Amino acid sequence: MIAAGPAYRRRKIINAIMSAATALCTIAVLVPLFVILLFLIRQGAGSINREFFTHLPGAAGEPGGGMANAIAGSLVLIGLAGVIGVPVGVLGGVFLSEYPGSKFGHVVRLMADVMNGMPSIVMGLFAYTVLVLPMRHFSALAGGVALGVMLIPTVMRTTEEIVRLVPQSIREASLALGIPQWKTMVRIVLPTAAGGIVTGIMVGLARIAGETAPLLFTAFGNRFWNWNLLQPIAALPLQVFSYAIAPYDDWHRQAWAGALVLVAMILVINVTARSFAARQVNLP
Amino acid sequence: MSALETNTMPDRAAALPGPRVGGIDTRDVHAWFDRHHVLHGITLTIAPRQVTSIIGPSGCGKSTFLRCLNRMHELVPGARVGGQILLDGGDIYGPGVDPVLVRRRVGMVFQKPNPFPTMSIYDNVAAGLRLGGDRGGATLDEIVERSLRAAALWDEVKDRLEKPGTSLSGGQQQRLCIARALAVSPEVLLMDEPCSALDPAATLRIEELARQLAGDITIVIVTHNMQQAARVSDVTGFFLNGELVELGVTDQIFTRPKDKRTEDYITGRFG
Repeated sequence: MIAAGPAYRRRKIINAIMSAATALCTIAVLVPLFVILLFLIRQGAGSINREFFTHLPGAAGEPGGGMANAIAGSLVLIGLAGVIGVPVGVLGGVFLSEYPGSKFGHVVRLMADVMNGMPSIVMGLFAYTVLVLPMRHFSALAGGVALGVMLIPTVMRTTEEIVRLVPQSIREASLALGIPQWKTMVRIVLPTAAGGIVTGIMVGLARIAGETAPLLFTAFGNRFWNWNLLQPIAALPLQVFSYAIAPYDDWHRQAWAGALVLVAMILVINVTARSFAARQVNLP
Repeated sequence: MSALETNTMPDRAAALPGPRVGGIDTRDVHAWFDRHHVLHGITLTIAPRQVTSIIGPSGCGKSTFLRCLNRMHELVPGARVGGQILLDGGDIYGPGVDPVLVRRRVGMVFQKPNPFPTMSIYDNVAAGLRLGGDRGGATLDEIVERSLRAAALWDEVKDRLEKPGTSLSGGQQQRLCIARALAVSPEVLLMDEPCSALDPAATLRIEELARQLAGDITIVIVTHNMQQAARVSDVTGFFLNGELVELGVTDQIFTRPKDKRTEDYITGRFG
């Protein structure tokens, strides 16, 4: 029998303290999330009904109406952002991973990291300057560009990391078969990395889905349906913002409902991303 | 075999590609990683349709030499090659020669089995043809079956060709990689320590396979294992510190080496 000395008891005590500390920190992370979710559901769930998803906003101060155009507008804006951000991000990421040592690559990587940390309102200003001012009116396009530019660095850096994770031995196997470099990339390396890249794209989309600041003076918001990309368009975060600061109780309730729908959308995107992550090929 | 007594074959007209039999002549081949000079002028002849093994201690440049033979060495950033390597008389480092086309004629099998992880057994074998090879009139199914048979894997996988290549055992994966290399009909197959990740039974199967394949194509095998070189090869070359010390018929190298350093190595005095 091995004697349990004082050193052993001391170790047990420290172990107990540290285990408790890590558990507490975990709870501290989870509590705000659940409090927000519960609060959102309590305040917003009551206003969520068929009308909310199918109707346009009602007139000021009048009860009823929905956010159908804002939900559709948000989807249009996310789609536009994807069309702009995904190709640039993926191709840029492939470049960075294939030519890791190049000077240009270093500059691009640095710029992407700076862009990643840039306040989102600056992206809005950028789109406002290059699109809204010359065109002389707000537009869905400008909003999509603002969000798309925000998406680029996230997608680019994730793609770079994931493509770099594909083992050199896989590329060598392909090149040694007499498969040209571009086909090796497109047909062998990218499919191997696809799950991870799609996950990166989804996470990036989830991030921009809730952005409000870049849309304030680009997409601008719209109380009516709009499918013209060159005209202002509604967006959930914008609608939530303008309802939340309005003086009507019914609008406040609708703002909560809008926030709840927005969080649910982001949750769905994130969960979908998880399922793609699970499908990522296990790299040797 | 007389050509093997000296280390080179008589000069051939370098510019005139001969028949495609898979003979290789290297002339004063040097290789560098940045400033690090790893091969110091290798001149030798690899006879067509035979198994040539290259032995030597770690770091002697044998793998680098192998990777020069299908222009894989230059893929490492900063790597360079000097000298001439003639494949059936044509210089694979000649001006305007496309490395992609060289690699279709000189296939390679690596240390660790590396099937494409996203692909089925069938797709792994078909990959080289789908992504650029010449099918020579045969259908993909025919070539896949022929290649898997040649790699002695067909009977084990014919009922599960759609399963992922990575679902096979290590030895089977290595034979799958051999089948994949054979599918593009190379004249030469380079094997870079192909058994170092395998158990003895799987090793034996790969060795038998190398012997069989030598009837049709040229095999160059780099190995740490001298018994393997003795078992499998017709000709053996001994490398030391980036130089070719001796090249000769395997029997002679292992029983009557001409060079003292070869003798020291094969008798286990160093390495």
